[in-house]
Amino acid sequence: MVIFDKPHALTDVPLHYCPGCTHGIVHRLVAEVIDELGIEGKTIGIAPVGCSVMAYDYFNFDMIEAAHGRAPAVATGVKRSDPENIVFTYQGDGDLASIGTAETVHSAARNENITVIFINNAIYGMTGGQMAPTSLPGQVTQTSPYGRDVNLCGYPVKVCEMLSQLDGPEYLARVAVNNVKNIKNAKKAIKKAFENQINGKGFSLIEVLSSCPTNWGLTPQKALQWIDEKMIPYYPLGVYKDRSAEKGDE
Amino acid sequence: MADKVLMKGNEAIAEAAILAGCRHYFGYPITPQTEVAAYMAKRMPKIGGTFLQAESEIAAINMVYGVASTGKRVMTSSSSPGISLKGEGLSYLAGADLPALVVNVQRGGPGLGGIQPSQSDYFQATKGGAHGDFHMIVLAPDSVQEMAELTVRGFELADQYRMTAMILADGTMGQMMEPVSLDFKFRDPVEKPWAVTGTGMKREHNIINSLYLKPDLLEKTNFDRFERYKVIEENEVLYEEYKMEDAEICVAAFGIAARVAKNAIDQAREQGVKVGLIRPITLWPFPTKAFAAAAEKVGHFLSVELSMGQMIEDVRLAVNGKAPVSLCNRTGGMIPLPEQVLDAILSIHNGGAK
Repeated sequence: MVIFDKPHALTDVPLHYCPGCTHGIVHRLVAEVIDELGIEGKTIGIAPVGCSVMAYDYFNFDMIEAAHGRAPAVATGVKRSDPENIVFTYQGDGDLASIGTAETVHSAARNENITVIFINNAIYGMTGGQMAPTSLPGQVTQTSPYGRDVNLCGYPVKVCEMLSQLDGPEYLARVAVNNVKNIKNAKKAIKKAFENQINGKGFSLIEVLSSCPTNWGLTPQKALQWIDEKMIPYYPLGVYKDRSAEKGDE
Repeated sequence: MADKVLMKGNEAIAEAAILAGCRHYFGYPITPQTEVAAYMAKRMPKIGGTFLQAESEIAAINMVYGVASTGKRVMTSSSSPGISLKGEGLSYLAGADLPALVVNVQRGGPGLGGIQPSQSDYFQATKGGAHGDFHMIVLAPDSVQEMAELTVRGFELADQYRMTAMILADGTMGQMMEPVSLDFKFRDPVEKPWAVTGTGMKREHNIINSLYLKPDLLEKTNFDRFERYKVIEENEVLYEEYKMEDAEICVAAFGIAARVAKNAIDQAREQGVKVGLIRPITLWPFPTKAFAAAAEKVGHFLSVELSMGQMIEDVRLAVNGKAPVSLCNRTGGMIPLPEQVLDAILSIHNGGAK
């Protein structure tokens, strides 16, 4: 009896992510959801520039690698080309909340019928640990070596809160993947985000608080604790917008 | 004879694109090409197509990247400052070997420049236009008819060679009205087995990508791409020769400059000056061989441009020192009068030009 298996939507290519990085968990959750919804054959994923730039090798369905920050625009083109296909972007915080802010905001404002998986780990991972738009006040990074000084660098961008002010988006939720309970909730949110698209409801974004032990300078275990102790207080988990629930047609 | 309709150049591009099967247009307003978007905004919803005004030029070209990835014909249009913003996307389209049509109805620059006609994006268009080793097929219409025909041709070439084709027009071409026949001969569509359309659980997954971390692999993609470019340089060069049979002076000009030059050439001929024109229609690939052949019999070349002299460098490379190449130009949105070009021709004829 098989009690645990690799989702079909994942390839056999070994992930390149650092030990303790939660990208692997989120990849798996996305793949499980795609398996469960039976949509692998019509799913097209858009990879970002960042640590998950090579996500196109890890997912079994058709993939596009986009320019830095432009994944929602690319996804818009793909979705408009064939609205029957299921289109999602997988983006980090630098990609989505810094260089791609305009694409993020406007695809949400248009209520583009796509799904966005947003990995917020409060740092630029691939380039070696620079300050991200979501780095916490006081957070030490390679480009904020004395801690993020909000007088010099401003405040972190709270993506779900910001987008929730728009009339456009259908569903905005922030989840975390630092313990079993949170991972289960994360999967529910991701599944809902894909179901929304299948049902033609529009733009869904799931912000996933994730770990970067390597660039945070913490052990994998301590990194998971850091999410609880530092990130969740600044970025509270929860549903920030659910238009269907507001309208009562759930 | 097919019926002709009176159209603006920008509208002719839009209608030709629709006739060529393009059902996806993304753009951002900028003078002097906004009529393309306005036309698409009216027509696309009526024929089941997509017109989307993007939040930026950058988003527009990336929406193009998305549709191109799915294998469908797609286009965007803009003018000079907007094309600069699209540069990133043009490089990615090249790196991922995606076909697309991009229209640049040029205006004067640099910077915000002006809104009057210009040809000062020649370097940008023909030498790549953004980072990395790549080319675009660059088509330079000199009439509303060619605006339409080269749009169709551009889609076909883009599909055939998996790359961006650019219509390099100027504000005059975009704004002027001329009778145009929309009776095109279409080539057979090209198969696109590489497109991301969903695996349907029937094939391996397709990946659209321009990332190669192993330098030897990245080098190979560039070598392969440039092999394809060689085929294009061999087979797809388009140019017009005008009164070159006995010419002793050869004018080089494209787009609106070529029309002004023809006027000047006719006037010079009336004065007994043997002058002709080579009008590149493809700026890349450049009609190098035509100019090289002309250099065997012509004593002097004159490049007429709406820029500080950009195409002149390609003319010089083609002529390869066999004859002097002079420049006759206006820039910043100014257009040379036929008299200015005539003066330049006569000056060469009288041995005055350097």
